[in-house]
Amino acid sequence: MTLVKLSKINKIYNSGEIKFQALKNINLDIKKGEFAAIVGASGSGKSTLMNIIGLLDKPTTGLYELDGQNTSRLKEDNSARIRNKKIGFVFQSFNLLPRTSALDNVAMPLIYAGVSESERKDMAKKALEQVGLDDKLNSRPSQLSGGQQQRVAIARALVNNPEIILADEPTGNLDSKSGQEIMKIFQELHNQGKTIVMITHEADIAKNAERVVKIMDGEIT
Amino acid sequence: MEIVQTIKSAFTAILANKVRSFLTTLGIVIGVTSVILLIAVVSGLQTFITTQIQGLGSNLLFVIPGRVGGARSPGGIQENKLVYQDALNLKMKLAGEAEISGAVQKNATLQFKNKNDKGAAVFGVEATYPKIISIKLSGGRFFREVDQQAARRVAVIGQTVKNNLFAQGQPLNQSVDVAGQKYTVIGILEPRGSIFGIDQDNSIYVPITTAQRQFGIDRLNTIYIGVNNPGNVAGVQKKAIAILKKRLTEDDFTVQSQEQTLSTISQITGVLTAALGGIAAISLLVGGIGIMNIMLVSVTERTREIGLRKAVGARPSDIRNQFLVEAIILSGFGGIIGIVLGVGISLIVGRFFTTTVPWWSVLLSFGFSTLVGIIFGVTPAIRAARLDPIQALRYE
Repeated sequence: MTLVKLSKINKIYNSGEIKFQALKNINLDIKKGEFAAIVGASGSGKSTLMNIIGLLDKPTTGLYELDGQNTSRLKEDNSARIRNKKIGFVFQSFNLLPRTSALDNVAMPLIYAGVSESERKDMAKKALEQVGLDDKLNSRPSQLSGGQQQRVAIARALVNNPEIILADEPTGNLDSKSGQEIMKIFQELHNQGKTIVMITHEADIAKNAERVVKIMDGEIT
Repeated sequence: MEIVQTIKSAFTAILANKVRSFLTTLGIVIGVTSVILLIAVVSGLQTFITTQIQGLGSNLLFVIPGRVGGARSPGGIQENKLVYQDALNLKMKLAGEAEISGAVQKNATLQFKNKNDKGAAVFGVEATYPKIISIKLSGGRFFREVDQQAARRVAVIGQTVKNNLFAQGQPLNQSVDVAGQKYTVIGILEPRGSIFGIDQDNSIYVPITTAQRQFGIDRLNTIYIGVNNPGNVAGVQKKAIAILKKRLTEDDFTVQSQEQTLSTISQITGVLTAALGGIAAISLLVGGIGIMNIMLVSVTERTREIGLRKAVGARPSDIRNQFLVEAIILSGFGGIIGIVLGVGISLIVGRFFTTTVPWWSVLLSFGFSTLVGIIFGVTPAIRAARLDPIQALRYE
């Protein structure tokens, strides 16, 4: 079953006189349960692609269906809601809230889902167990290693049980050992049936995925 | 996001920067404190004056030179045309209905042996004065009609004069030098305290005739009219105006009742309240700008956090509310602390000087400070809500 369906996607940035086409006629299907890596050099358009899949950005032309729903006419509030329910983000720079415990960081997306505080704590605890950090519930980001911080971020992406996890260079800020640990977690999640789309420029990392999509100059090659 | 959660998040954010939050709030605290304190002092002033005036008796009318409420104020550029003959006219025509006393005033240095009392107020009044204004003697007597007619040099002295000139000694029947002439002390007044720092007891009462002769004054400062029947004050006021008009024009004098004096005073204190309250409100405004400034800084600082929150599902309205609630909490808490301080300081000041804190000043300043939070919180909150999540997440 197709979860992400991109048809004839174009993205053109207009800055005054200069037009820049970031994505050219992209057609891409990602099935439920798939672990796909989107690989490309910097400036290849892979981040733009990911922002569109993550509903943070809209294509200039083309159709994007997520879980069978046409997303082109979504209002900001609705796309926020879909991001909250169906998408989990993992960023290169972790983006954890400073001075906030791992538990509260993980529970944060649930606030916007209207989940009660006690339930939020339970769900966040479970997500942290999944990434093997159940002993660091009350640690703050500054007290954790880079690998641990990224695991907290993965737990945050998992907490609302999303349809798809979008990871943008998840190992980019990590040493290779921590990177391998993160990839192991992704493998486990994949084995549990999670859909994962990962962006990377490292071939080493990309080979963890079952499918590799190469992108160059805004086109899938 | 539910409101309880929004408030919790706001508190977390505020407590994350305790010193900054405190300093931001300080502007509002000072504003609210000064609003409450200034209003308390002015209302206290009004209460105090009102009590003082009511204490004089409600059956009292004053005739003062000049026209009050007209273009020119009494004692200003205008010439004082009120003379003793006017008091005499009133006395004749209002006999049986009211007691009349003309009054002149002069400051003079008093002397007894080697002791001085500089700047004492010499009041030249008539023998009827104690029947009109309630004054009590702690010893001796007030001067009588015969003393007045013969322009005798007799005097009734206030407590401060007694203390300055006689220390522990006995003043009665002693001879006091008033600006170069000897007066015999025949009575001593009970202490009356001071009004606005003017010592009411540093005064000496002498017959009006004697004072006029010594100082060469023929103009009167005031004519006091004590109406015998308190129900007849308005009637006597009308008659007095008619009597005075025979010799003077209506620009030359004003007959004022206690009620009118009170309304004049409440007009003055009303203007004072508005002026002082306005100045204090400006400091609230400045406090509000401080809050806006800090909120804008906070939005910039937390750009990545805003981007993240939006990415994981916060709607623009969630972000807007979060920042708005933060601003309101900052200003609202400033308001509460300001109220506590303002009322507290008013109570302390109230030990030396009458202060009253009207309930509306508390409501007003709290309402105003919260409003300031909303008004100055809206811009930063909207700016936060409009941030593009992609740009915000990239922000360094």
